[in-house]
Amino acid sequence: MGLGILYDSTLCVGCRECEKACAGRWKLPYNEKIAAEEQISAHKLTAIQTHGDHFSRRLCMHCNEPSCVSVCLVGAFQKTAMGPVVYDEDKCIGCRYCMLACPFQVPTYEWSSRLPRVRKCDMCYDRVRAGKQTACAEACPTGATISGDRNELIAEAKRRIAEKPDQYFGRVYGVEEAGGTSTLFLSAVPFAQLGVPTNLPNAALPKLTWQVLSRTPDIASVAAVLLGGVYWITHRREEVAAAEGKGKP
Amino acid sequence: MRKLLELPRSNVWRVIFFLILLGGACGLYVRFMYGLGGATNLSDQFPWGLWKGFNVLAGIGLGAGGFTVAATVHIFNLKRYKPILRIALMTAFLGYSLMAVALTIDIGRPYRIWHPIFMWNEHSVLFEVAWCVMLYLTVLSLELAPAVCERFGWKKILSWVRAISPPVVIFGVILSTLHQSSLGSLFLIVPEKLYPLWYTPWLPVLFFISAVCSGLAMVIFASWQSCRALGKQLALPLLDGLGRVLAVILLFYLSLRFVDLSRRGALSVLTENRRETWLFLLEIALMAVPMLLLFRSRVRADAHSLYVCALMVLFGFVANRLNVAITGLEASLGTHYLPRWPEVMITLSLICVGFAIFRAAALHLPLFAAPERVEEQVEELEPVSV
Repeated sequence: MGLGILYDSTLCVGCRECEKACAGRWKLPYNEKIAAEEQISAHKLTAIQTHGDHFSRRLCMHCNEPSCVSVCLVGAFQKTAMGPVVYDEDKCIGCRYCMLACPFQVPTYEWSSRLPRVRKCDMCYDRVRAGKQTACAEACPTGATISGDRNELIAEAKRRIAEKPDQYFGRVYGVEEAGGTSTLFLSAVPFAQLGVPTNLPNAALPKLTWQVLSRTPDIASVAAVLLGGVYWITHRREEVAAAEGKGKP
Repeated sequence: MRKLLELPRSNVWRVIFFLILLGGACGLYVRFMYGLGGATNLSDQFPWGLWKGFNVLAGIGLGAGGFTVAATVHIFNLKRYKPILRIALMTAFLGYSLMAVALTIDIGRPYRIWHPIFMWNEHSVLFEVAWCVMLYLTVLSLELAPAVCERFGWKKILSWVRAISPPVVIFGVILSTLHQSSLGSLFLIVPEKLYPLWYTPWLPVLFFISAVCSGLAMVIFASWQSCRALGKQLALPLLDGLGRVLAVILLFYLSLRFVDLSRRGALSVLTENRRETWLFLLEIALMAVPMLLLFRSRVRADAHSLYVCALMVLFGFVANRLNVAITGLEASLGTHYLPRWPEVMITLSLICVGFAIFRAAALHLPLFAAPERVEEQVEELEPVSV
């Protein structure tokens, strides 16, 4: 399904060039202090994290069936056909349900702003649409982050695991998690040690809501018939009683 | 007019009332000058707090008395409950209106509160809730319109409102069923985040049933409060009846909770000594104790005990909503949330405003009498005692 990003933790040297390029692309300030922050936030949409001897990267996973897209009541999020999940700040009312619902805790908020927006990585939608690589992939000096067709990235990741099975934990993160994501991870150690959620179901999370929500019209029509019926019966009974009372003086 | 401003009876209460409102005003200033970051303890890790958990989730649930009693009186045609119908509708109207105000304060861009009317996403539970709440507020206005019409003698509008009443009431019950349960569905999408004592596929059903409980408790509470404050006689036989129904529904609700917990194998986490366990037990106790008490006819026959039971159910209900929205998420989101003072003060202010408006409505609108009787005595200044 469209484009994706592959982050290979075993190749990452923690130079944070991806962070810098990302900040440049979003026109956000970037300095040593911000570089030291290992969490994503409204002013830092991707972050390199240090987990012991290993590096990990935080960015939007661009789920195949994103929770944010499904929960947003005004439809401010969209999963594009190309793969990126994009956000329309002109629609957003700021309810922050996307932040609560995201299984990867990716959307962040401009808390101190009077007119706040949700911020998150959009896989450089403008760049990839023009056929370019994402800013982070272009900036990465070691090839730890590459962008391209998701299926090809999965094939490449599996090829790397097959070539050097002793250097990799034998799975590609993101192929199945939460119904599959466009962002994929490779790691030398089990993914829990990289701080990524490992308790996610393989089914897409929006299905859990839709199972119930899609029954709304049924519930409403059944309830209308039932309540209307009860109303008719109870009031008819009253009318009959009143009529009978009048009938025999 | 003087009567309207004369809110709490004693000076102590009056001072507390105005101090809370003052705090709320300061809180509002901080909220709009410094944004959500300045006024709340919310963060990227913990995006929903007291305003969502209490004002929205609990506020809507506390208004569930409106549709419950409306269905009882109009659809099931149990006319003897008519004298408390308008009190129930008023609690609902206030619960929903104040929730709407709170939500406007809570969202990042309040001036876009109307967006869901034109920008649709039918896959979003919140979208469904937004629409149901908007429509239900309209329904509540229509259901309460007779009280206003009687007060001002608008006979034409009154007959018009009466004519469309049956479909309106049925529509209101359907809307309530949908959104009360949907508030639970909001959390269906976070199975890996919500603590197993609260996450269950049955959330919508449990939210609906507990909302009915809280709605009934709210009607008892509001009746007691307004009768005491306005020196009226309490319609005790009716509230006795409500108390009995409340006990039965509570029993059903609690049984369902535990059937669900054991079905999912979640009972074992109760042995762990952690915050979640204790707050869960608190929530259950606040529902179970009044249930046991309300099954005794002696308790129900005593106005004061009935009131205390209703209060416990209300607190148990609020505890449940806060547990789902806050306690149950803290562990997985890896953070601890305590509301900051503007959050607390604005919430308390809204409760105070609710009390004040209810009092004003009780003084100036024919809330307490059966509608038929008021029509004859519409000229009387004091509403009829029941």
